[in-house]
Amino acid sequence: MTEVLRLENLAKSYGQAQVLKDINLTVRKGETVCVIGASGSGKSTLLRCVNFLGYPTGGRIFLEGKLVGREVIDRSGRTEMRYREAELCAVRAHVGMVFQQFNLFPHMTAEENVMIGPVKIRGLSKAEAKARAAEHLQRVGILEKAGAYPGQLSGGQQQRVAIARALAMEPSIMLFDEATSALDPELVGEVLLAMRKLAQEGTTMLVVTHELGFAYNVAHRVIFLHEGTIHEEGTPEEVLVNPKKPRTQDFLRGVTTFRMPEPRIAPA
Amino acid sequence: MPYDWNFTIVLRYLPQLLEGGLHTIILSAAAIALAAPIGVVMGVIRQQRVPILAPIAVAYIDFFRTSVALVLICWCYFALPVLIGVTLSTFTAVTIAIGLQASAYLAELVRAGLQSISVGQWEAARALGMGTRLRLQYIILPQAARRMIPVFFLLVIEVFKTSTLAGFVTYPEIVYEAYRVATDIYRPIETFTIVGAICFVFLFSLGRIALYLERRYAVVER
Amino acid sequence: MSYAWDFNFLWALGPLLLGGLINTGKLWAIAFSSGLAIGLAFGIMRTVPSRILRGIGMVYVEAIRNTPGLILLIWFYYALPILVGVQSSAWLAACVALSLYTGAYSAEIYRAGIASVEAGQWEAARAIGLSYAHQMRYIVLPQAVMRMIPAFGNRAIELAKATTLASTLAFGELLFTAKVIAEDQFRPLETFTAVSVIFTAVLLPLSYACIWLERRVARSGGIVRD
Ligand SMILES: Nc1ncnc2c1ncn2[C@@H]1O[C@H](COP(=O)(O)OP(=O)(O)O)[C@@H](O)[C@H]1O
Ligand SMILES: [Mg+2]
Repeated sequence: MTEVLRLENLAKSYGQAQVLKDINLTVRKGETVCVIGASGSGKSTLLRCVNFLGYPTGGRIFLEGKLVGREVIDRSGRTEMRYREAELCAVRAHVGMVFQQFNLFPHMTAEENVMIGPVKIRGLSKAEAKARAAEHLQRVGILEKAGAYPGQLSGGQQQRVAIARALAMEPSIMLFDEATSALDPELVGEVLLAMRKLAQEGTTMLVVTHELGFAYNVAHRVIFLHEGTIHEEGTPEEVLVNPKKPRTQDFLRGVTTFRMPEPRIAPA
Repeated sequence: MPYDWNFTIVLRYLPQLLEGGLHTIILSAAAIALAAPIGVVMGVIRQQRVPILAPIAVAYIDFFRTSVALVLICWCYFALPVLIGVTLSTFTAVTIAIGLQASAYLAELVRAGLQSISVGQWEAARALGMGTRLRLQYIILPQAARRMIPVFFLLVIEVFKTSTLAGFVTYPEIVYEAYRVATDIYRPIETFTIVGAICFVFLFSLGRIALYLERRYAVVER
Repeated sequence: MSYAWDFNFLWALGPLLLGGLINTGKLWAIAFSSGLAIGLAFGIMRTVPSRILRGIGMVYVEAIRNTPGLILLIWFYYALPILVGVQSSAWLAACVALSLYTGAYSAEIYRAGIASVEAGQWEAARAIGLSYAHQMRYIVLPQAVMRMIPAFGNRAIELAKATTLASTLAFGELLFTAKVIAEDQFRPLETFTAVSVIFTAVLLPLSYACIWLERRVARSGGIVRD
C-alpha cells in the first residue's frame, strides 16, 4: 500500500529538554494508527510536528513520499532542515488537524467554519464549498446544525463540526489530538462514533487518544509513546492485550477507562 | 449682589454654536479616518513582532501616546509648515496632530485585541494551511474587532474632546465659536454653560452606546 | 526642505522655559494631590449603601468625564467670581478645574479598587465589630490601594498632559511660555520641538514604570484600571 506519512529519526527539543527522540513511523493510505501514552510523553508534540505547528529540531518528514523542507549542511558539517513558510502552509492544508479544545471560529456558523478553508485556500466557489461543507457535515452527522454558531452547540457537536472542517480540505491524513478529552462523558460516544465511521471509510488517520476501547476496535496499529520515544508498537492485540514491555504494562494497568467492545455503530 | 443669569440671549446664538459643534464632529471624523488605517497597521506590526518594522512601530506608538495633544497641534500648525515649506490649513494641521496621536492609541487597542484571541484560534487557522494574511483577515481581526468596538467608542469620545482644542489655532470648532458668541453678547458664563451641556449630552450618549455595545458583543465563549 | 536647525537661542532662553516648566509642575502637584483627595471622597461615596450619596457621586463623575477639559477650565474661569465671589485668575481656574477633573477619574479608580476587594473581607471585618468607617480605613483600602497605584500613575501622566490646557487662558506654563518664545524669536520649529521632546522625555519613563507596576500587581492578583 502507498505510504502517506513517513517520519525518519524525528526529534524535537525545547531548549535543553528533549521531548521527542528518534521517532520512526510510517502511516499508509487508509490506515488508522493510534498513539497512546502518559500525559507529558510527547503525543501532542508529535502531532504538532507532523503539520508543523511546531518545528521539528531533527529528522525528516515525508508527506506522500515527498520530503518536507530542504536539507542543508551547516558549517560544522551537520545536516539541518530549512522550511519555507509557503511550503508549510501547503503541507498544513494537506494535513487535517482536530484539536482537544475544538478551536472553532466563534464568529462563523458551523457551515462557514467548514467553508472557509476550501474557499480561501483551495479557491473553490462559494457554491462548490457549500456543497462540500454539506457533504462533510453529513458525514459526521451534524448537517442539521449547519447554520448554528459554535456558541449554540454542545461540545460533542462542536467537535464534529471541527472534524468536518478538517475533512473539507480533503487532506491526505487526519490528525486527532485527544479529540474527546475535553468532552463531558455523555458526549464522548457521538464523536468516537463519527471517527470510527471515518476510519471504516478508509480515511488515513493518526489518532492520539486515551480511549483504549476505540484504539482496540478501530486502529490497525497502536503505538505506545514513552518519554518521547516509541516504546512499543504493534497490532491492538499485541500492544493493548499482550504488551511485552513492562512500561506498557504499567501504563495499561493504570488506565481504568479500558472499555473494550465499544462504541457500537448505530444502524444507518 | 446675585448674578443676573440670562440664558435666553444665548439660545438665540444656538445655531452658531451648533455649527461649531458640527465642525468639531467633522474634525473628529477626519482624525479617526486618518488614525484607523495607521493604527491597525501599527498594531498588527507590533503584535506580530514583524522584523525591522516592529521597533519602528513601538517608537512611533510610544512617542505619540506620551505626547501632549495641544503641543502636537501647535507643532503641526506653527512648526511643520516651517519644516516642509508649505502652509497648512488649520483643518489639515489639526487633523494630522489629532489623527496621529489617535492612531497610536488605536494601535495599542488593536494589539490588545489581537492578544486577547486565544492561541487555539491562531493554531486552528494555521492548521488549515492559512498564511499570516488570511489568518489575520478572516479569523483573528474579525474576532478582535468585535471586542474592540466598545473601547473604540471610548477612543472616539477622547478624540472628540481633543478636537475642542482646535480653536487654539483658530479652527472654528465649538469652543472657538463659543468665545465669539461670548464676546459678542458679554455672557461668557451662560455661553459656556450651554456649550458644556451640549458636549455633555453628546458624549454621554456616545458613552451609553459604548456600554450597550459592550454588553451586546460580550460573546459567550466556551 | 533643507531647514537650518538652530537650537542655540533656546539655551539662552533656558531660564524662561525652566520657569514655564516649574509652573507646569506646580499646577500638576496641586491638581494631583487635591484630585486624589476629592477622588477618595467621591469614590467612597459611590460604594456606600445610601442611594442618594451614590447618586451624587455618579452625577459628579459623569458630568466631569463627559465634558471636554477645556470647557471645564473656561467655565470655571468665568464662573468662580460669580459662584464664590473671588477675583478670577487663570491659575485659580486651572487649579480648580484640573483638580475636579482628576478627582472624577480617580473616583473611578477608588471605586473599582474598593469593589475588587472580596465580600468576605467586609464580612470578616464586620464580624469583629468594626464600624463601616473602620472597615474601610483599616481593612478594605489598604488591600485595594496597591492595585490602584498603576492606574493612578496613568492619571498622573494624563494630568501632566492636561496642564497644557491652562495655556489657553494665558497661564505661563511650559507650552504658553514656548508659544511666546516662538513668536518672539520667529523660531516655532525648534521651540515646539523642544517642548514636545521635554514632555515625552518625562512621560515615557513614567509610562513604562506604570506598565511595569501593572504587571507586578497583575502577577500578585487583581488589576485595577480607570
Ligand atoms: N512550548 C513548550 N516549551 C517547553 N516544553 C514544552 C512545550 N510544550 C510541551 N513541552 C513539554 O513537552 C513534553 C511533552 O508535552 P506534550 O507533547 O504536550 O505531551 P502529551 O500531549 O503527551 O501530554 C512535556 O514534558 C511538556 O512539558
Ligand atoms: Mg497533549
